[in-house]
Amino acid sequence: MAAVSIDGIRKSFGSIPVLRGVSLSIADGEFLTLLGPSGCGKSTLLRILAGLEMQDAGSISIGERVVDGLRPKQRDVAMVFQSYALYPHMTVASNMALPLRMRRLSAVQRLPILGRLLPGAAGAAAKIDMEVARTAESLGIGHLLARKPGQLSGGQRQRVAVGRAMVRHPAVFLMDEPLSNLDAKLRVQMRAEIKELHQRLGGTFVYVTHDQAEAMTLSDRVAVMLDGELLQVAPPRVIYGDPEERRIAEFIGSPTINVLNGVVRERGLIDVAGSTIAIEADAHPGTPVTLGIRPEAFHQTDHAGHGALTGSVRMIEHMGADLFVHLDLAGVDQPLIARLAAERTTHVAHGQTLHVGVWPDRVLLFAADGRRLRRHVAPSRASITSIREVAR
Amino acid sequence: MSRPVTLFGWFDAASAASGIAVSRTTSPARRRAFAEAVAAWILAGPAVFLLLGLFLLPVIGVLLIAFTDWQFGAGSFSFVGLANFREVFADHAFRASLLNTVIYVLIVVPGTVAMGLFIALLIESGKSCRAFYRAVHFLPFMATLTAIAIAWEALLHPTIGLVNQTLAAIGLPTSNWLRDENTVLAALAVIGIWQNLGYAMVLFLAGLKSIPQDLYDAADVDGADLWFDRLRTVTLPMLGPVSMFIVVVVTLRALNSFDAVKVLTQGGPGHASEVLLYTLYRESFEYLRTGYAAAIAVVFLSIVVTLTLVQARVMDRKVHYL
Repeated sequence: MAAVSIDGIRKSFGSIPVLRGVSLSIADGEFLTLLGPSGCGKSTLLRILAGLEMQDAGSISIGERVVDGLRPKQRDVAMVFQSYALYPHMTVASNMALPLRMRRLSAVQRLPILGRLLPGAAGAAAKIDMEVARTAESLGIGHLLARKPGQLSGGQRQRVAVGRAMVRHPAVFLMDEPLSNLDAKLRVQMRAEIKELHQRLGGTFVYVTHDQAEAMTLSDRVAVMLDGELLQVAPPRVIYGDPEERRIAEFIGSPTINVLNGVVRERGLIDVAGSTIAIEADAHPGTPVTLGIRPEAFHQTDHAGHGALTGSVRMIEHMGADLFVHLDLAGVDQPLIARLAAERTTHVAHGQTLHVGVWPDRVLLFAADGRRLRRHVAPSRASITSIREVAR
Repeated sequence: MSRPVTLFGWFDAASAASGIAVSRTTSPARRRAFAEAVAAWILAGPAVFLLLGLFLLPVIGVLLIAFTDWQFGAGSFSFVGLANFREVFADHAFRASLLNTVIYVLIVVPGTVAMGLFIALLIESGKSCRAFYRAVHFLPFMATLTAIAIAWEALLHPTIGLVNQTLAAIGLPTSNWLRDENTVLAALAVIGIWQNLGYAMVLFLAGLKSIPQDLYDAADVDGADLWFDRLRTVTLPMLGPVSMFIVVVVTLRALNSFDAVKVLTQGGPGHASEVLLYTLYRESFEYLRTGYAAAIAVVFLSIVVTLTLVQARVMDRKVHYL
């Protein structure tokens, strides 16, 4: 177990910059997820952490030790690959034993047959077998030790890959999209198992994924990466509810956050999509702003104006507890998606005109350059009165 | 869902067709099956014809001739039963030839595989001039050995040959390579390795390219990061399937070696470099003992077929991991 410190890492492949100065501190025992779309540099950062790639600039420490220039095996890290990277010709037991054999046995002791005869080798090998069996047992793959990877299902291979990483108790676990090759149901199950594994082992985990559901459910903190830069590093709740940038808000959340262009009318009021909403924006009147409204920040209402948006129903998706209602708003290209509680929603039909109210305190405001505009919600009597006046 | 079309489906379909003639109640599915079977026969026809004409019928012909005393060009023959085979196995020259062939194969196959792998690893580990090295090592495989053999003859010439001159210059014993019964087979084997090397190398290169980088990365993280450990943990096991293919093909090529023997040694001195195909050729086309040669051909064919089957069975189980 160890803390990890990443300081100003830069990396280019040829003339293409992949990492543009990434700095990040990961606490001992933390589960940190690098989240971003493919090509954002998250896997490269993980490979640099592992020592499989060399950074062009910057420094990495694991524990108290600067590991720049150290080979992967000297860094005391273990890695789980997206493809699992199991050795296909070896049994599950040999796959899991390899990291221990490479560390504890000398080159001569590792020789087949002859190696076992050397003093100490048999004892060490028996100890390795025991540890492998114990780890396998704890992962529920104890009965598969004699099989080869080709005879295993995807989920079983995944467990073997995790077991190979676990067996030598590394300081840091590195996981590169470990669940991507599994089907949806198994992915959810393995997600829970990885979470449980982290709680049980208490090690430092660095987990790379492009799947926001994995990032949100697993992590203590999520590091959102885009175009080789870290945009925000924060707990999942903060990333979702309080993003620093519009790009983050758009990347996280499903369905995607609704983005509407508005203009500050006066202090405390913003014009948007033919309506006016009472939001205290830290901007001068006439400033264009972008409103990010999560689908669940809407509620059905029976009148227009007054902090409500009006549109015609384009499509309804029944999700059980909720309805996703797609609305066409006048003068807005993208349909608005509102997530309404099914039991409180009445008479919604295709083509109908629907009014949805917005909870002002759940609207995220962004400046034209995508930065977050902090604002104070002011549901004061004065502003409500002025809305009524405007509505008339 | 359409049912699988096999050539044997035709019999089914034929009865379906006769069904059409007898009653007009045949289902559309059966009519369609008949059409598919006809199409299958038309498509497979040329290949079936060639296989029969060029392979199966000649083999059957050879098999029949092996039981006769026919001589090439003779107007008549009579069946002699197993006499040809008895004679073959009693013949010292044949046994020498069989032993020579075995020794030749046992030198050429491991030599070719080891050298081919070594050169493929060298080429793959470097970055420059890869295409050049590939081409240079592949050239001998493309060349006509009959022509190249003359160059080898010059190289191995006892007095003016470069090999002996070099050996003499550094104070090592020389030899009359192609005329000494102790060295002739080894010299021919070296030429055989030299010729097949490029083929093995190209296949190994393709095999190396198909090893996933992830496995090397995993080996690095697991601590198997020295070249020997990487070779043992990842490279060699992952080359298993391609190695099997190379061993089979090179074995067959080594068994088939003929031209170098014919051009350089004619099986001599004595029978020291006589290999099966050369014996077969001499018996058949120089001594015109066609029945006897056919018996050798049958023995040769059984060896080749057995070897191929055994190799495919045994190695398939060990090198395919799925």
